[in-house]
Amino acid sequence: MATAVSIENVSKTFRVYHERANSLKERIVNRRRAEYEEFWALRDISIDVSTGQTFGLVGPNGSGKSTLLKMIGGIILPSEGRITTHGRIASLLELGAGFHPDLTGRENVFLNASILGLSRKETERNFDDIVAFAELEEFIDMQVRHYSSGMYVRLGFAVAIHVDPQILLVDEVLSVGDEAFQRKCIDRIRSFQRQGRTIVFVTHAADSVPKICNAAAFIFKGHLAAIGDPSEVIRAYRKQLYGEAHLEAVPGEERGDKQIRIDRVRIRDGAGTDRSVFHSGDDMHIEVELDATRRIDDVMVGIALYDEADTLLIGTNTDLEERPIDHMQGRYRVSFACRNLPMQEGRYTITIGVTTRDHRHVYHWMEKAFPFRCDRSSLAVGALAIPVTVNVEQLSEQHVAEG
Amino acid sequence: MAVEAADIRVIEPGTKVTTRIRDLIRYHELIVNLVRKELRVKYKNSVLGFVWSMLNPAMTIAIFWIVFVKFLNNSIPKYPIWILCGILAWNLWQGSLGSSVGSFIGNSSLVTKVYFPREVLPLASIGANLMHFFFQFLVLLGSLVLFRIPITLATIELVPAALVTELLVLCGFCLIVAVMNVYFRDVQHLLELLLLAWFWMTPIVYPVALPIQHLAKLGNIFPKIFMLNPMTSVVLAIQRGVYQHTSYRAAGVHQQLLLHVSTLWYLRNLAIVSAASIALIAIGWAIFRRLEWRLAEEL
Repeated sequence: MATAVSIENVSKTFRVYHERANSLKERIVNRRRAEYEEFWALRDISIDVSTGQTFGLVGPNGSGKSTLLKMIGGIILPSEGRITTHGRIASLLELGAGFHPDLTGRENVFLNASILGLSRKETERNFDDIVAFAELEEFIDMQVRHYSSGMYVRLGFAVAIHVDPQILLVDEVLSVGDEAFQRKCIDRIRSFQRQGRTIVFVTHAADSVPKICNAAAFIFKGHLAAIGDPSEVIRAYRKQLYGEAHLEAVPGEERGDKQIRIDRVRIRDGAGTDRSVFHSGDDMHIEVELDATRRIDDVMVGIALYDEADTLLIGTNTDLEERPIDHMQGRYRVSFACRNLPMQEGRYTITIGVTTRDHRHVYHWMEKAFPFRCDRSSLAVGALAIPVTVNVEQLSEQHVAEG
Repeated sequence: MAVEAADIRVIEPGTKVTTRIRDLIRYHELIVNLVRKELRVKYKNSVLGFVWSMLNPAMTIAIFWIVFVKFLNNSIPKYPIWILCGILAWNLWQGSLGSSVGSFIGNSSLVTKVYFPREVLPLASIGANLMHFFFQFLVLLGSLVLFRIPITLATIELVPAALVTELLVLCGFCLIVAVMNVYFRDVQHLLELLLLAWFWMTPIVYPVALPIQHLAKLGNIFPKIFMLNPMTSVVLAIQRGVYQHTSYRAAGVHQQLLLHVSTLWYLRNLAIVSAASIALIAIGWAIFRRLEWRLAEEL
């Protein structure tokens, strides 16, 4: 199979300046070179993407995957090594980059298309399609400054895909316009796949990779950590990212006057062992040890669970669970037993708060300070682990005859 | 799907010159479109539009005529034409340098997000200023009619040659200042100051004979140093081509304006400057390509 993108021993260093001499005067007065450290964003990466492949680049934030994509696009140059691309490239990295607010949609289409390497003739030929795809027929002669942000990216996307690329670079999830338009974009990308065009796409949403890609690479701290079959790569990614190690408590936002102080928080399983990794269906006990410096009559202890997208999964407290605290003086332990964790898979954080009953006054609040992870215990997909039992029975040996 | 040879791109440190030239040719339409954008944006929502471009030289004529002819009793005949010859070349010079120096910072959203040969940005700045030059040249042509100055063979020979020379020199300088300014933001301030001095070191307001005569008294080398300024050769050629008189008589005294030499001398000067500017472009482009690889990161 022919190669579409060949990445040979590519490294990239960035300079991290300690104190940047940004003017000639500083350069001359200081004489010595500005002090900087070389930071290796990518080190010795070699990847071959075959023509027609949909190639996924995965890695956590800051791993260097976006840098690599930018280099494939020619926006930044590698420090060492070489990238060869075979075929016209379009990138959906920055939609509508270079749109000028004072120009009309029509003028911007022509300008943007020529920035992306399309000739005037080609643009004229595609113009109606571009406008129709962006659904901006009525607004095309309006200045872009009056466009909504949705209209803006729609036009940007429409131009980018009409460049007729042989290689398409896509960064992260496409959040373009409303749901209907998003579906249209994804449809278009799918048809690109069917037409045998090459797609390189960067994401940290690992789930989507095996569904969409037929090859993938996992980049971790600038190194190529795994490459090949998407499912294998994602397995390596998960293992590296989550590991089996204990998740450290992170110092989240903390506030309150600490008249009642959260001394210690333990997250344990049903058997009483400290844990930070659970499985769907496990019990989780959150134990909060408190120290009240004086007698306080108005008090309530609460917990909240958030997922990675910051969605509140559950928030409850001693009042809502009908275990009100009459008063506090001295040391206490408040335990929340969460039974049958219903999460499928992912990372979560716990917030713990000690407040007055009306929430107005905060004694001690630790925002998203306690992380834990949940692993799936079934092969089902989705957000929730609902225990499902399957039963198959034959009703008859004959099928129902029609008519 | 067939891949055209032109669509194969090699991305590596220190891109080859031949690749860059090929890329620039491919993207020539982008230069045209960027120039068009500059002009459109500049005069969008303004009633007079490109007439503003023409009002600048018209105002210059008025001011210099009042100050130099009326207040200072300058006796150079048809002084507005004289001044306009130099000012038009100077406006192109100053405008191009002034807008290319900020062209990367002003277009950082493009540079950091899309691939295209980066040289396009300063070149488009020059292009936009060239368009202004043409508008302003219309004012000059109008004034020629007004002052009854004929267009001669010398005009047709010298003006285009001077313009081409100026553009070549601009290409070299603009590449350098544009890329340098990304690393040292002082460059644009330094340039502003430099241009101010440069304007008065170029025989635009005063006739070249004046400094040459004075400098000759100090030693033979000084007039030669004065002539090293590439803008001097450009401005002199336009003055010779359009204004045409090399001397005049006022109050019975013979006053020297330009040098008593044939148009060939001016052409030779332009040829020397052009040749030097090719070297300048080579150096400028080398600097440009050397500094360019970290461009997107510095912005």
